[in-house]
Amino acid sequence: MKILVAVKRVVDYNVKVRPKSDGTGVDLANVKMAINPFCEIAVEEALRLKEKGVATEIIAVSVGDKSCQEQIRTALALGADRGILVETDAELQPLAIAKLLKAVVDKEQPQIVILGKQSIDGDNNQTGQMLAALTGYAQGTFASQITVEGDKASLMREVDGGLQTLTLNLPLIVTTDLRLNEPRYASLPNIMKAKKKPLDTLTPAELGIDPAPRVKLVKVEPPAERKAGIKVATVEELVEKLKNEAKVI
Amino acid sequence: MSILVIAEHDNAGIKGATLNTVTAAQKIGGDITVLIAGQGVAGAAEAAAKIAGVSKVLVADNAVYAHQLAENMGLLIAEVGKSYQYILAAATANGKNYLPRAAALLDVSQISEITEVVSGDTFKRPIYAGNVIATVQSTDPIKVITVRATGFDAAEATGGSAAIEQVSFAQDAGVSTFVKEELAKSDRPELTAAKVVISGGRGMQNGDNFKLLYSLADKLGAAVGASRAAVDAGFVPNDMQVGQTGKIVAPDLYIAVGISGAIQHLAGMKDSKTIVAINKDADAPIFQVADYGLVADLFQALPEIEKAL
Repeated sequence: MKILVAVKRVVDYNVKVRPKSDGTGVDLANVKMAINPFCEIAVEEALRLKEKGVATEIIAVSVGDKSCQEQIRTALALGADRGILVETDAELQPLAIAKLLKAVVDKEQPQIVILGKQSIDGDNNQTGQMLAALTGYAQGTFASQITVEGDKASLMREVDGGLQTLTLNLPLIVTTDLRLNEPRYASLPNIMKAKKKPLDTLTPAELGIDPAPRVKLVKVEPPAERKAGIKVATVEELVEKLKNEAKVI
Repeated sequence: MSILVIAEHDNAGIKGATLNTVTAAQKIGGDITVLIAGQGVAGAAEAAAKIAGVSKVLVADNAVYAHQLAENMGLLIAEVGKSYQYILAAATANGKNYLPRAAALLDVSQISEITEVVSGDTFKRPIYAGNVIATVQSTDPIKVITVRATGFDAAEATGGSAAIEQVSFAQDAGVSTFVKEELAKSDRPELTAAKVVISGGRGMQNGDNFKLLYSLADKLGAAVGASRAAVDAGFVPNDMQVGQTGKIVAPDLYIAVGISGAIQHLAGMKDSKTIVAINKDADAPIFQVADYGLVADLFQALPEIEKAL
């Protein structure tokens, strides 16, 4: 069974981003980039399914400009077998990414596609669900546990207030939540080996998809600052302030 | 303008997030229809009909919608929603699950987690874990939007008298089945609906110490949350997580106990009306957003607070 795992290149989660002073976008000059943390969890789950003998081949796919090769190489160093970059300099939004991934799914026919539930830049939380809609496949979003048996998967997912378990037919689209696993690190020998693994490049035109954005970014701005309040010296003072000043208890 | 609001409900009644979503719909302005999909939803439908500002309630009462499976909900919302100009849902686990699916079926984009309506086609939404606010403009004929409940006040739950109509469309995609749901049982209010939230961080040291928070919470009628650090350390389950990757809350009073104030946590609670921080590290970033900061050992301060109430 083939597993397709999608990886997105995003600003490293340790970087505090700021809007550009003219408000046209986020300042990404000389900022450290990395695999989106939820996508790392997706790669790890694919590796575990291969180690369990469920999967035979793992294909890491990314959509974006040439530099996304770095994140595909990272996935290859972690253990993916080969990579595909859908290369474009276009501004990409979830619906377009889902359409491009659908075209890759049509070509590769994976039984399971694993994606992060959201990327930490756009915070959209859409691409997996949209890919599931376009393929007509079942979707297991916010997954915290996956067990594959035959042509079905038992999937536990995080919902408001608890956990839900579903039985889903394969082929299947999965999006990962934090609890699914703890990703491994790539070893140096594997990082060297990854350089020799195959990485194909496709273009949106070859896949017959127009990735033009439907949503226009008007401006970006920093969030409203919250002013620091006061330090209270004692518990009595705190309770007094909450009762009489803030009037919240 | 015609606006379809997909209700978050528990069959018997409407969940609070639906009321916030109706307010967002009112800000857009137009004729508001609420869609209730589920099985045995008469109670929820009646409650929806009473929401002020709602003119029609559509009811899809069928076994295929019993557990709001995304595959079936996507088909329903795309079918019913295609004649509307806006489709809105609360950005809950359910809304986030089925709404993008419906959007893709309609070949339109989705705008996620709006916190402000600027105009009929322009909205504000947080990106980069709330470190940046983006203003975005949709060019799609149908605008599919999830609404962050904390960005909008709740609509009045009474005062309306909308007509209730049945929807006959019922299609089972046939690719998914519900097995079970384990919801954490608690007498305390839900995190996202509570007026008071008390959260513990890594400073709690272990899960057992959270009983200090539960005890105080019961006195205040509060919900109990946790930082991602506390969740990752295994102190408490993930459904208690407040933060960008957990729940977004904005109660009247938020008490952060033993929480340093990582960006990811602040993103989940900084819209609270009053914030209290209790931490023994006077330099913890949480104090920069707190209205009232108490530099103290939480193990001494919590019992004292409980006594002082």
